[in-house]
Amino acid sequence: MTGVERIADAFANTGKQAALMPYLMGGYPTLAASIGIGQACVTAGADIIELGMPYSDPLADGPVIHAAGTEALAAGANVAGVLEVARTLAQSVPVVLMCYANMVLAPGAEAFVERLAKTGASGLIVPDLPLGEAPEVLAACTAHGLALVPLVAPTTTPERLAAIGKSAKGFVYTVSVVGTTGERNALGEHFAQVVARAKASTELPVALGFGISTPEHARQAAQAGADGVIVGTRLVRAAGESEDPAGAVGAVVGELATGLAIAR
Amino acid sequence: MNVVEHRFGPYGGQFVPETLMRALAELEQAWVKAREDPSYREELEGLLRDFGGRPTPLYKARRLSEKAGRPIYLKREDLNHTGSHKLNNALGQALLARRMGKRRIIAETGAGQHGVATATVCALLDMECVVYMGTEDTRRQRPNVQRMELLGASVKPVDAGAKTLKEATSAAIRDWVTNVESTHYVIGSVVGPAPYPAIVRDLQRVIGDEARAQILEVQGRLPERVIACVGGGSNAIGTFAAFLEDEQVQLIGVEAGGEGIDTPRHGAPLTVGGRVGILHGSRSAVMQDEEGQILQAHSVSAGLDYPGAGPQHAQLRDSGRARYVAVTDLEAIAAFKEMARLEGIIPALETAHALAWTLAQVDGGLDLVCLSGRGDKDLAEVLKPTPDK
Repeated sequence: MTGVERIADAFANTGKQAALMPYLMGGYPTLAASIGIGQACVTAGADIIELGMPYSDPLADGPVIHAAGTEALAAGANVAGVLEVARTLAQSVPVVLMCYANMVLAPGAEAFVERLAKTGASGLIVPDLPLGEAPEVLAACTAHGLALVPLVAPTTTPERLAAIGKSAKGFVYTVSVVGTTGERNALGEHFAQVVARAKASTELPVALGFGISTPEHARQAAQAGADGVIVGTRLVRAAGESEDPAGAVGAVVGELATGLAIAR
Repeated sequence: MNVVEHRFGPYGGQFVPETLMRALAELEQAWVKAREDPSYREELEGLLRDFGGRPTPLYKARRLSEKAGRPIYLKREDLNHTGSHKLNNALGQALLARRMGKRRIIAETGAGQHGVATATVCALLDMECVVYMGTEDTRRQRPNVQRMELLGASVKPVDAGAKTLKEATSAAIRDWVTNVESTHYVIGSVVGPAPYPAIVRDLQRVIGDEARAQILEVQGRLPERVIACVGGGSNAIGTFAAFLEDEQVQLIGVEAGGEGIDTPRHGAPLTVGGRVGILHGSRSAVMQDEEGQILQAHSVSAGLDYPGAGPQHAQLRDSGRARYVAVTDLEAIAAFKEMARLEGIIPALETAHALAWTLAQVDGGLDLVCLSGRGDKDLAEVLKPTPDK
């Protein structure tokens, strides 16, 4: 099964209102601990794992994920280490790597994607690689059966959305708010509209992220038609606040999974 | 082909979150309209003249020329209102933002010169102004923090990473991602995603256009060399732009050599010629490690303390049209002091890099140096006792 097929399979068989997609920062608080956190997510009901590659200048991230990345780098995280996390977790669930453009392009898109594919990961998200800059990475991902997952924002114009929807692989990642990653009290006022617009642009599943932190948010996203919900900052915060990061993250993911359960 | 350049050979582009793409397209459209609009141009030129004090003089530095044995002319951007070339760009962009209906302005600043220029223009045009500045820079450029606050701007200290210009720029971009609908980001140099490098160059080109006409008037010939310091590279590109077609004129960009370009402690990505990378939305020469993590730059001059450089500079370097060299912290400080005593002009530490390189040359017939800013802000840094000695 290719990465693209594996992601499709995960969305088709969640058994929940929407696929649950926890984000974790690779190497945070340490490489070994991040493997444990990922495994706890899987046990608690994660359908797909989004794995962050720590980066020196993460422009799309708010303070919590930025700080976690900085700490991971200070603790020695590097590409090889984070790809080991991917390899381990990919044995259980599809893993999508979130990595900034300079790290993908530094060794060359083809070399980076080939290395990622060898870990068994299923896809790649590059938050600072809009469609116009993506052809090289897209070609490399296609050649290796990986999904290059694009982002769609509330500010994305209809023309761009149509083009993004057409070239997307795996799923479309909709951003619920105009802003960076981070917890918010409520979902952005236009989140349902963003999901609906994205769904009209593509046949692929549509996931919603940025600002989802509670089971109630997750349910609202699913009810608005999202096929997947991505929870990041809430989990990174849980990992940072606890002596037992895997246990703490697993507990939050468990609550989110319960929130997304289909009523019987 | 875009009406505004997005790429400079393999450099440039738009490596930003999707959230910003519409704003970049709107900015480009607004710029294309504004630059063709006589009312925009008249207002900008009028303010540059009456508020800013343009045209700035081209001054033959008498004692420097005597010492060097050849005429050295200084393009006096230090005499521009707010004390540097930064006002040219800040005015142009703020007027553009007002046309776009945006009343909130954000900016990044290193040395504080761009922050002061932006705060000044926001006071003039009654706009809200937020300036991001690394905490290392708020410390070493304290007078400029006070000036910005006096002008009504809110200075947001940035405590991440090396606490200098790179982090301030990242923080400004994050603010823009969050407030893009109400806010215009006045980027201060020829860096960032397209269309910024082209817009900032076009707004700074007034330096070169004036200087070229002035030198022809007083000397009846073009300079042999045009020299300017390069952090992101806005005063340099603004000066070079007018001379690009004059193939006999050598263009020299002087980067921050810091503690030496054979050490990791410098800010000279163009000179050392490392791998191409992406920083703050565009592809250019970038100081980075093997895996693509951006490295921390170092320079005694906050305005040059930046691990990247404008994409057009990378193209000019590759084509051989411009040459890039580096000057160390100590050489720049020596030139700073020499300039004060020989000419009665205290240059910015950034500018002192361009002067240091020029003073070190024994050959040449006619040099034109962009004196990009004044150095009052640097007194504390230059005069502080060195703890090691």
